[in-house]
Amino acid sequence: MLRDITLGQYYQTESVIHRLDPRVKLGGTLVFIISLFLFKNFWGFAVAAVFLGIVIGLSKVPFKFMVRGMKSILFLLLITVGFNLFLTQGTPIFTVWKLSVTWEGLRLALTMAVRLSLLIIGSSVMTLTTTPNNLTDGMERMLRPLKVFKVPVHEVAMMMSIALRFIPILLEETDKIMKAQIARGADFESGNLIRRAKALVPLLVPLFISAFRRANDLAMAMEARCYRGGEGRTKMKPLIYQKRDYLAYVCLAGYLAVSIGVGRLLPLGAVFYTF
Amino acid sequence: MNIVKAENLTYEYIRRDEDGNVEGITTAVDDVSLRVKQGDFVAILGHNGSGKSTLAKHINAILSPTEGTVWVDGKDTRDEEEIWNIRQTAGMVFQNPDNQIIGQVVEEDVGFGPENIGVPTEEIWERVTESLRAVGMYQFRKYSPNKLSGGQKQRVSIAGVLAMHPKCIILDEPTAMLDPNGRKEVIRAVRGLNQVEGVTVILITHYMEEIIHADKVFVMDRGKIAMEGTPREIFSQVEKLKALRLDVPQVTLLAYNLQKKGVPLPDGILTTEEFVKALGL
Repeated sequence: MLRDITLGQYYQTESVIHRLDPRVKLGGTLVFIISLFLFKNFWGFAVAAVFLGIVIGLSKVPFKFMVRGMKSILFLLLITVGFNLFLTQGTPIFTVWKLSVTWEGLRLALTMAVRLSLLIIGSSVMTLTTTPNNLTDGMERMLRPLKVFKVPVHEVAMMMSIALRFIPILLEETDKIMKAQIARGADFESGNLIRRAKALVPLLVPLFISAFRRANDLAMAMEARCYRGGEGRTKMKPLIYQKRDYLAYVCLAGYLAVSIGVGRLLPLGAVFYTF
Repeated sequence: MNIVKAENLTYEYIRRDEDGNVEGITTAVDDVSLRVKQGDFVAILGHNGSGKSTLAKHINAILSPTEGTVWVDGKDTRDEEEIWNIRQTAGMVFQNPDNQIIGQVVEEDVGFGPENIGVPTEEIWERVTESLRAVGMYQFRKYSPNKLSGGQKQRVSIAGVLAMHPKCIILDEPTAMLDPNGRKEVIRAVRGLNQVEGVTVILITHYMEEIIHADKVFVMDRGKIAMEGTPREIFSQVEKLKALRLDVPQVTLLAYNLQKKGVPLPDGILTTEEFVKALGL
């Protein structure tokens, strides 16, 4: 049923990575992604892959869940590889009709493919090991300095967590309205795209009305429970750095130093250009 | 001591047309005065549109009176400075359980109120545990609210209010959207709070069988208090209740009809047990 859907793709298990502070995981993912764009040779990617492999091993999340995230971008990946492969100028390897595959193109295409795959797998490690709620909390804490520039950090975080709470409820409601409409002869399945889009209008109108009504009720209930913004609010589950979080930061710094060192300083394309 | 005191309370809804011009004024609460003693279980009964929900929202300072005054624990609800203290003293539970649960996990939702009033972290946990135990939902503390039944959700909402340590809880038709089992569950939890924890309860409902344990009942009709008294006093006036379009519990109605036919029975029978006893069976 709809109410059982899991939001995001959190994978429930006990591991060091799961227990890490969300701020560490957010920061780590960001550092990892940035590092992928700094490498000048293939060794850097090798270090990144090994590091990611160790993290995945520690997280105890089966590898097939990581790959699942890849499926959604497979198309994008193929297009990128294709364009880079055929449309890069350089020394041709072979020519098909008017398109020629060049050494430079091959190199670029491979780099892009590896970079994108590592990027996607890297960020799925974060979403697989952190609950959406925790992630919101982590973001709220990390972005707190932006308050100086009048960015409503607490409000945005509160909105995100309320959205997460209400998505399953609204989905269930959509299902209910849909069934009620089908019972009265509505047709959501046949016809072309435009027809089907038009059929959604009688579904969306009651859904919006109900969503506004819920929002109104919820706002009243929150006020009745003394909610008045982030000011003076305490936390039931405050984020406090543990020893393991500091250790993780040290590992992260180590990774960054090694990967940049290897990825930028080793002779250009040590493996790659020996083709 | 009176925890809630209303004096000549009047509230008017102003209806406006699309251009914002005043179309008409509906008086939802009309010159109501009432007192609720600390520790009492008070029921406010009324047909749809009788103004009972509007009255409830005044006690929690969600609405401010058009005329007259409401005092909660000695504080005037129109006083902006005291508004958060009033809301903490008089907690409110609403009709739709889905639209008042904020947390994605039961315990987080119960902790929402204490977080808002700045209770230190360790104490929040103590309060959450104790509130969930009081409504019998402790074993569900790690559940997602979406996986609970209506009655369970409503008990979580009650725990959420209880965790703010209120002196008084107002329940605005808490059982209207529940099935009979859920209704019993919630009413049992509410009675427990009143008797064990000594919290003042103001229960707003249109189900007659929920008020038989109340210390005092107010019946509202068209914004005014139409009847006032103990459940027994109220239920002995079957004709008047019918005129107010309220359903009398089946036993009470049966006893009343038998009495009219000449069977010797006392006035205002409320429960089946009582009825059996009165018949001498």
